[in-house]
Amino acid sequence: MKKLLIALITTTAAMSLAVTAEAADKFKACWVYTGPIGDFGYSYQHDQGRLEVEKALGDKVETAYLENVAEGPDADRAFERLAREGCKLIFGTSFGFMDPEVKVAKKFPKVMFEHATGYKTGDNLGIYNARFYEGRYVLGQIAAKESKAGVAGYIVSFPIPEVVMGINSFMLGAQSINPNFKAKIVWVNSWFDPGKEADAAKALFDQGADIIVQHTDSTAALQVAEERGLHGFGQSSDMIKFAPKAQLTSLTDDWGPYYISRVQAALDGTWKPGNVWLGIKDGAVKLAPFTNMPDDVKAMAEATAKKIADGWNPFTGPIAKQDGTPWLKDGEVADDGTLLGMNFYVKGVDDKLPQ
Amino acid sequence: MMRLELVKRPQRSMLFSALSPFIAFGLTIVAGAIMFALLGVNPLSAFRIYFIEPISQVWQLHELAIKAAPLILIAVGLSVCFKANIWNIGAEGQFVLGAIVGSIIPVFFPQFEGPLVLPLMLLLGMVGGAAYAAIPALLKTRFGTNEILTSLMLVYVAQLFLDWLVRGPWRDPQGHGFPQTIQFNDSGILPELMPDAGRANWGFIFALLAAVAIWILMSRMLKGFEVRVLGSSPRAGRFAGFGLNRMVFFAFLLSGALAGLAGISEVSGAIGQLQPVISPGYGFTAIIVAFLGRLNPLGIVAAGLVLALTYLGGEAVQSALGISDKVARVFQGMLLFFVLGCDTLIHYRIRLIGLAAPKLEAAPKLKEAR
Amino acid sequence: MDITVNILLTIATAATPLLIAAIGELVVERSGVLNLGVEGMMIMGAVGGFGAGYLTGSPWIGLLAAVAMGAVFSLLFAVMTLSLATNQVATGLSLTLLGLGLSGMMGTGFVGQPGERLPNLDIPGLTSIPVVGRLLFGQDPIFYISIALTAAVMWFLFKTRTGLTLRSIGDSHTSAHALGIKVIRYRYLSVIFGGACAGLAGGHLSLVYTPQWVENMTAGRGWIALALVVFASWRPWRVLAGAYIFGAVWIGQLHAQAFGIPVPSQLLSSLPYLATVVVLVLISRNKRLTMMNTPASLGQPFVPDR
Repeated sequence: MKKLLIALITTTAAMSLAVTAEAADKFKACWVYTGPIGDFGYSYQHDQGRLEVEKALGDKVETAYLENVAEGPDADRAFERLAREGCKLIFGTSFGFMDPEVKVAKKFPKVMFEHATGYKTGDNLGIYNARFYEGRYVLGQIAAKESKAGVAGYIVSFPIPEVVMGINSFMLGAQSINPNFKAKIVWVNSWFDPGKEADAAKALFDQGADIIVQHTDSTAALQVAEERGLHGFGQSSDMIKFAPKAQLTSLTDDWGPYYISRVQAALDGTWKPGNVWLGIKDGAVKLAPFTNMPDDVKAMAEATAKKIADGWNPFTGPIAKQDGTPWLKDGEVADDGTLLGMNFYVKGVDDKLPQ
Repeated sequence: MMRLELVKRPQRSMLFSALSPFIAFGLTIVAGAIMFALLGVNPLSAFRIYFIEPISQVWQLHELAIKAAPLILIAVGLSVCFKANIWNIGAEGQFVLGAIVGSIIPVFFPQFEGPLVLPLMLLLGMVGGAAYAAIPALLKTRFGTNEILTSLMLVYVAQLFLDWLVRGPWRDPQGHGFPQTIQFNDSGILPELMPDAGRANWGFIFALLAAVAIWILMSRMLKGFEVRVLGSSPRAGRFAGFGLNRMVFFAFLLSGALAGLAGISEVSGAIGQLQPVISPGYGFTAIIVAFLGRLNPLGIVAAGLVLALTYLGGEAVQSALGISDKVARVFQGMLLFFVLGCDTLIHYRIRLIGLAAPKLEAAPKLKEAR
Repeated sequence: MDITVNILLTIATAATPLLIAAIGELVVERSGVLNLGVEGMMIMGAVGGFGAGYLTGSPWIGLLAAVAMGAVFSLLFAVMTLSLATNQVATGLSLTLLGLGLSGMMGTGFVGQPGERLPNLDIPGLTSIPVVGRLLFGQDPIFYISIALTAAVMWFLFKTRTGLTLRSIGDSHTSAHALGIKVIRYRYLSVIFGGACAGLAGGHLSLVYTPQWVENMTAGRGWIALALVVFASWRPWRVLAGAYIFGAVWIGQLHAQAFGIPVPSQLLSSLPYLATVVVLVLISRNKRLTMMNTPASLGQPFVPDR
């Protein structure tokens, strides 16, 4: 035991001497994640984006990240730590990081900050987001074509605008094919609880839904669809490996291109705080290959995706609110502000929005 | 085949009381070095960043105080419970309720400003935490319901209640539909101690004051004696005329009030508004802190600081060396186990016994300490 | 009819991991030890089970690995609390912390990989019987293990001499020791049994319930199992009933939502916890019953004097 200890101490000492001073001139880009990068969902996708940056820009950058950062005082500290440790560009990837990031950005005016899914900006703080609703419109159309019962089961996490927007867009897409299409909605109050998501999927199937949509992160619901021989959509990442027969497509986030362009801009000295909302055309919202559906449905889905990429907005009037009152006139397009704060359903959604 | 045997010391060893944390620390360093080396990380730089860096910079010391404050505040309250053999493990829920009740003023009366706001909020926070803690106390005294279970179940209820409030009735109408209340006005914000140096706020002072107050209560006052007697022997306590039911209420209300104070301090100090999740499990971690501090209020201050340090250190190695958050947590777990294990030496002598030849070699080093 | 069967099957799947973990913990607590580390042992079982199944391609090996992983991990708790007489509450909580970290570390390579699922029972002729066929003969193997385990523990605790000894240790370790019973040995075995059960419950999650590995996938089920034991006032058949009531409320609230009943989902989500408190109060009003079953020396460290 003693010998082992001595050996250990000598090796560690030798190792510490061997440590070379890190190249100080490398540009450091950093990320803060709210979940573990092992969630195979939201935080995982952001981390994939970070890895793409490393791959694309190679020696010019070094990256660091903090995962599992709780929203609150821990978030303040995470940003401050990264700023002090020489990060030049810091991405906060969760809505709950907004106020901490605003505070820390003021304190470190020379560091560049970017915040995902929020709405507050600053001299050195930009915001970015992805128009997931664009993809959800396509999902809605596919669901309406593929569902025999005309009923989809929709598993959702929390009633925030992002999620409500998704439900509305999905329903608009579905009703453009089948005006009587219905969706049954279950709130599981969690972004991530595979067991509960599986149970919700089973409950929805048992009540007559034959296609499953989710706004939660795990693959559990799709696995249930696979077992039952029914269909569903993946979320965040391509889940085809988990449900080769059940997945119709998956609504995935690809942050890589955006992150690469922003880090490159910072390297070039052209970075400015932006306010971007990326969609299908930017490659940030991607639909995994359309599978397990007839060719005509596939063609339709591809056509719709292209139409959206070419600039058409799924929230184009005429659209009425749930109670029938008009919202958008014929041809009128919803403004981004309304969408970002969306807290009402459109006509045809069969649920009461938790208030 | 070897066997461990514990031999009770006639009285607690002062030597090991002082020494055991250091032995534990040494063991953690050795085990940690092996782990880091296996992961291909230089252990020395890992340790430097983990333990030294967080306490060598002023801003990090402030962060340490922020992280330790709720842990200490909750743990000193719990120490009274545990000493009395009453098992409140629902401090997390009392923390949340304290935050909610204390926030009534800034959320509903945002125009109300002045020096009265903050004291009222803190008071309401304590009332909220104590009231929530009164539920398991009432159920225990009235129906004999096990308090471990009821207090734990009420944690989940409290968290869901907060979730419902900030997504529903208390949501900021100007907040773009996002789940949070309005920002508290300036009178509702707990001031920072030294705003130029870092973020540490009065919450840390409350924690220190609470620790000293509880220490005086437990060691200098009759009530403390009552707690200890009822805790070690309820029968003896009854003969002495101490009421067990009264004690249950006392312990729950006290610990609940302190947890509630921690909750409102956290919300009004470091966060500034209510949001769906306000605690990364402080109420549960505080239980560990209470035991690491050996249920002694002053020990708890030290334990709270050490545990806070492991969180900060974990983040530091993560960002500086790319060591995953999981590794940091495993390291933290190892430290806890070694500290708990080494505290055994205070009350017991450990003998290693080979089954073939019993009565052999009592570890010589341990022998000389009595 | 079909929907009823489906709902019952869903409830059974949701209840099984709770039941297994709780039955294990029940034996541990009957021996007078309180192990709050169920969540940690469960997640270790989940990662061990998934990993072994994924690497060998056999879910059955995964099942064994889950059990072994839980048992080995519980040994850590046993050494600390039984040999070193550390505080059980603090050690148990630390075990959970350690388990959550360690499992995440071990599982890094398994993220995003589909795993092996244990096949459901399929007996020609029996499984296809309408209604009862799938309920009785078409479930996953761990479901049957959970029922057998409950019966076995019931028989063991109340019908065997060893079981009686175990309970007597839980009631008073000092008198048991005075009678010459090897208290520490019994408790070691109980804790390891509890760990094996928790590991099996975790294996159910990653091999049957949702065949995949993700961090924190137990999502608090270990804590519910702990609650169930007290809820059941340390009676095996009541643990069984409790697990199924819990499962029914859990699944029921999802169905209520899908049905469109406008209740705040947070209220529905908190129902199981509120229900536990209420039922617990109802049970404990009958003082005699609770007192009779509660292991009197629960949570107290025991060091044999010489």
